[in-house]
Amino acid sequence: MSDLHDVHHRADLAPGDEEGVSIRARVLGYVAGLALAVLLTATSFFIAGTDLIWQPSIPVAIIVLAIAQMGVHLVFFLHITTGADNTNNVMALAFGLLIVFLVIGGSLWIMGHLNQNMMPMDQLMRMQR
Amino acid sequence: MSIAQAHADPHHIGALADVAHEGPAPKRIVTGYGFWIFLLSDMVMFSCFFAAYAVLLGQTAGGPGGAELFNLKSVAVETVCLLLSSFACGMASIAAEVRNHLWFQIAMAVTCVLGLAFLAIEFHEFADLVARGAGPSRSAFLSAFFTLVGCHGLHVSGGILWLLTMMAQVFAKGFRADIQRRFLCFALFWHALDIIWVAVFSVVYLLGSAV
Repeated sequence: MSDLHDVHHRADLAPGDEEGVSIRARVLGYVAGLALAVLLTATSFFIAGTDLIWQPSIPVAIIVLAIAQMGVHLVFFLHITTGADNTNNVMALAFGLLIVFLVIGGSLWIMGHLNQNMMPMDQLMRMQR
Repeated sequence: MSIAQAHADPHHIGALADVAHEGPAPKRIVTGYGFWIFLLSDMVMFSCFFAAYAVLLGQTAGGPGGAELFNLKSVAVETVCLLLSSFACGMASIAAEVRNHLWFQIAMAVTCVLGLAFLAIEFHEFADLVARGAGPSRSAFLSAFFTLVGCHGLHVSGGILWLLTMMAQVFAKGFRADIQRRFLCFALFWHALDIIWVAVFSVVYLLGSAV
């Protein structure tokens, strides 16, 4: 009952806020986040300079590790979670990500095609003379 | 409340529906949410710089590319600095919540020192690049590089000014509700900068030197 009572009065959470947990648990949350982030960072720095793995897979691996680390930061440091009290924050994040992917993906797509369809630079320069 | 009821509504959706009649949300939630929207728009701005960088990656105008310019060791140190300062900022959040002045100031001082170390290394790197003739005017690639990484550096500089302001305000005014809200926004800002740095070191430095 007391659980329901709490939810009743604090239905939403500000981003960055956590639901009432002990200090110890909160510190441990940050420690876990730090450990995961260090692990992911170390892995991507290691992968970037190694000959151990198949070379063409390296860029994909670095990007996947980066996205994973951003997720770790969001969950453990910014406390953006999937709880019912966090819906507004997650929806805003989803919209932000949509715009980010449109901007980056769209730019690369369009500029890639433009590059392909354009005359090579030296020919263009010769025509201008 | 019976157990059967709890099973019928495990996520307290019913309770959430009732809240609509309770009036406006507390100010802390409104402020935090508004600042979160600002941070997302900041990330959208950074995504434009990332797009520009990715498009101009090959346009080196016969100048040096990423692989010859970047020093991954100093980038690794920068990353560690920013990660640890994000952790220290988290500790400051906990100290602010339990209203412990001493630990708050210690954690914020650690955050500040690590942020300054990050900035010092980045400044050194930029000065080194310019001295080697690879300044922002050398090629479109370097313009995009300096804009993207420099913009993140400017954010960190602004964040440090804000951090010092928060230390002074907490010292002078204590953990009042409005100061707590400002600190909540600062903590969000600092953690978000770390997220953007993850993208910067992965896309710019690691991919730049791996390709």
